[in-house]
Amino acid sequence: MRIYGIGAIGIALGLLAVLLASLISTGAASFVQTHVRFDVVIDPSMVDAEAPGEGNYRAIVRDGFEALFPEVTNRRDQRDLQRIVSSGAQYMLRDRVVAQPDLIGTTVSLKVPVSDPFDQFAKGVIPRDVPEEQRRVSDKQIVWWDALVADGRISKPFNWALFFNSDSRFPELAGLRGAIVGSLFALLVCFLISFPVGIAAAIYLEEFAPKNRFVDVIEVNINNLAAVPSVIFGLLGLAVFLNFLGMPRSAPLVGGMVLSLMTLPTIIIATRAALKAVPPSIREAALGVGASRQQAVFHHALPLAMPGILTGTIIGLAQALGETAPLLLIGMNAFITSDPGGLTDPATALPTQIFIWADSPERGFVSRTSAAILVLIGFLLVMNLLAIFLRQRFERKW
Amino acid sequence: MQLEAAETIRMEGTVPMDGPHEAEAVSMESPAAETAIRDVKIAARGVDVYYGQTHAIKNVSMDVGANEVTAFIGPSGCGKSTFLRAINRMNDTIDICRVTGSIKLDGSDIYDPKVDVVQLRARVGMVFQKPNPFPKSIYDNIAYGPRIHGLVSGKAETDLVVERSLRRAGLWEEVKDRLPAPGTGLSGGQQQRLCIARAIAVEPEVILMDEPCSALDPIATARIEELIDELRANYTIIIVTHSMQQAARVSQRTAFFHLGDLVEFGNTEQVFTMPAEQKTQDYITGRFG
Repeated sequence: MRIYGIGAIGIALGLLAVLLASLISTGAASFVQTHVRFDVVIDPSMVDAEAPGEGNYRAIVRDGFEALFPEVTNRRDQRDLQRIVSSGAQYMLRDRVVAQPDLIGTTVSLKVPVSDPFDQFAKGVIPRDVPEEQRRVSDKQIVWWDALVADGRISKPFNWALFFNSDSRFPELAGLRGAIVGSLFALLVCFLISFPVGIAAAIYLEEFAPKNRFVDVIEVNINNLAAVPSVIFGLLGLAVFLNFLGMPRSAPLVGGMVLSLMTLPTIIIATRAALKAVPPSIREAALGVGASRQQAVFHHALPLAMPGILTGTIIGLAQALGETAPLLLIGMNAFITSDPGGLTDPATALPTQIFIWADSPERGFVSRTSAAILVLIGFLLVMNLLAIFLRQRFERKW
Repeated sequence: MQLEAAETIRMEGTVPMDGPHEAEAVSMESPAAETAIRDVKIAARGVDVYYGQTHAIKNVSMDVGANEVTAFIGPSGCGKSTFLRAINRMNDTIDICRVTGSIKLDGSDIYDPKVDVVQLRARVGMVFQKPNPFPKSIYDNIAYGPRIHGLVSGKAETDLVVERSLRRAGLWEEVKDRLPAPGTGLSGGQQQRLCIARAIAVEPEVILMDEPCSALDPIATARIEELIDELRANYTIIIVTHSMQQAARVSQRTAFFHLGDLVEFGNTEQVFTMPAEQKTQDYITGRFG
């Protein structure tokens, strides 16, 4: 039996290790991003100092990059050359000039991401030795690329954009910021609803409810609620919150409300267990000096149960953070390129962002999917560590 | 036969009596008889306690005198703790528990629906078997009761009550320098005295003690017993104990319970030296229990 047990644990740990190893091996590449550096001249004839947002930045970036390869004159080749630079470069330059209009008329050193095929090429995902027609990088482009590398213009800094950009059509620009903010908003709503309601329900059931058939039925149902497939809660949210109450689609507010339905049973069960663990002698002591039952609960039992309640809440929220299905049903899997400014703005969440990226064909999104999963696992790890810390720190021996 | 005898004995030392028993009771009075209870604090009449189907206390009637120590003795499961807890309605917290009959505190029935249980428990304090200080500071343990009853306002007044209660419980000298320390950090005997101090901080009239020394060593026990004797001057005390020596040492009256019946109730000296009941005799001489 002992061997079987150890074997089972070994298999479980092995599978976990395989999962993490595969995530890290595919995702790690996304934590760096290949950049190319070149100079551009911000010609006042292309950018109006009065309205710096309106300029022809596309041409500025194009001219700047083509200046590196004066020998390329063919239109077709020029277009192929341009494909090395991310299409987002012109917007990055625009944002910089809008923020600092006195750059107009000067020469600026631009360091921008390369486009996804070249990023993958630089990371070795697209190999050189396959036939030209089977890769997205042509032989000509490889020659130019090698020239850039030889020139020292290519670098691979840490990919901050992964955390500070929102979603984008271009993998090299896509980041998780919108998803992280959306998840935080949804969790906030979820916490604000499920924490007070869950504790109130648990206190009533544990301390005040009469012991009868009706309360028994409620108890059984709460325990069952914890086992209901999450997609059902999503359907409920879709039918009630969106269709019946007319709340906004894709909003973290609704996402948080749906998630709170799932977190509630977890919090109720954890709170009841924590209240049960407070020894009856403490309640008796309070009653013995003439405290009412409410006072015995709120002055003594509840504060002593709080560490257990918080631990349960954090674990419930961690579950909610990783939940995908209900959010898909209420439309939090939309393509949204800005982070939500409020609870009713359309947003995605971390798990739904993973879902969207996993669905995208570009190579860059494959590794970004793994990277996003690693980020999500990181958040879950932090929350669970916090729960463990709370339990260790405040656990009381009676 | 036995039951009848028990009925008679039960009347001993109780002042108000009813019906046909009166003559019998009077006839029982021997020259060596006990002093009657002059000042009745608690009067129980025909009290039955049920736990679901279990009949835990069977038709118990007794009087408890003011400023006396009354000891409840009897084998485990005889119902002495149950009866004790009926006196401040601590049994209310148990759903399946039901109490019938009347228990009067200073002449008013504590099971009257109009009675505020919280006020009752403030008048009838309780000390439990296992010391159960709140996991808070020594100071807060004492101050909690007076605070929730609005007996104190402001820090200075609370300080006074805390000091007075700890002094009366004989704990002040030991803890005066560490009042902010947690109450759970004290030794077992100190914790129990802390619980006594906590009980007297709300100025109760009666203190119920449910085997207060069963978790303590002999020295700590001796201190608590001394304390009980001192507290008698100001409070009416009922103590449940498994130790017959303790009952003999600290109490003025002793009640012997067996299987839910009050078998014998009388002056402690008499119960221990010449019990009227064979069962009592058997128990105190250690033949069962």
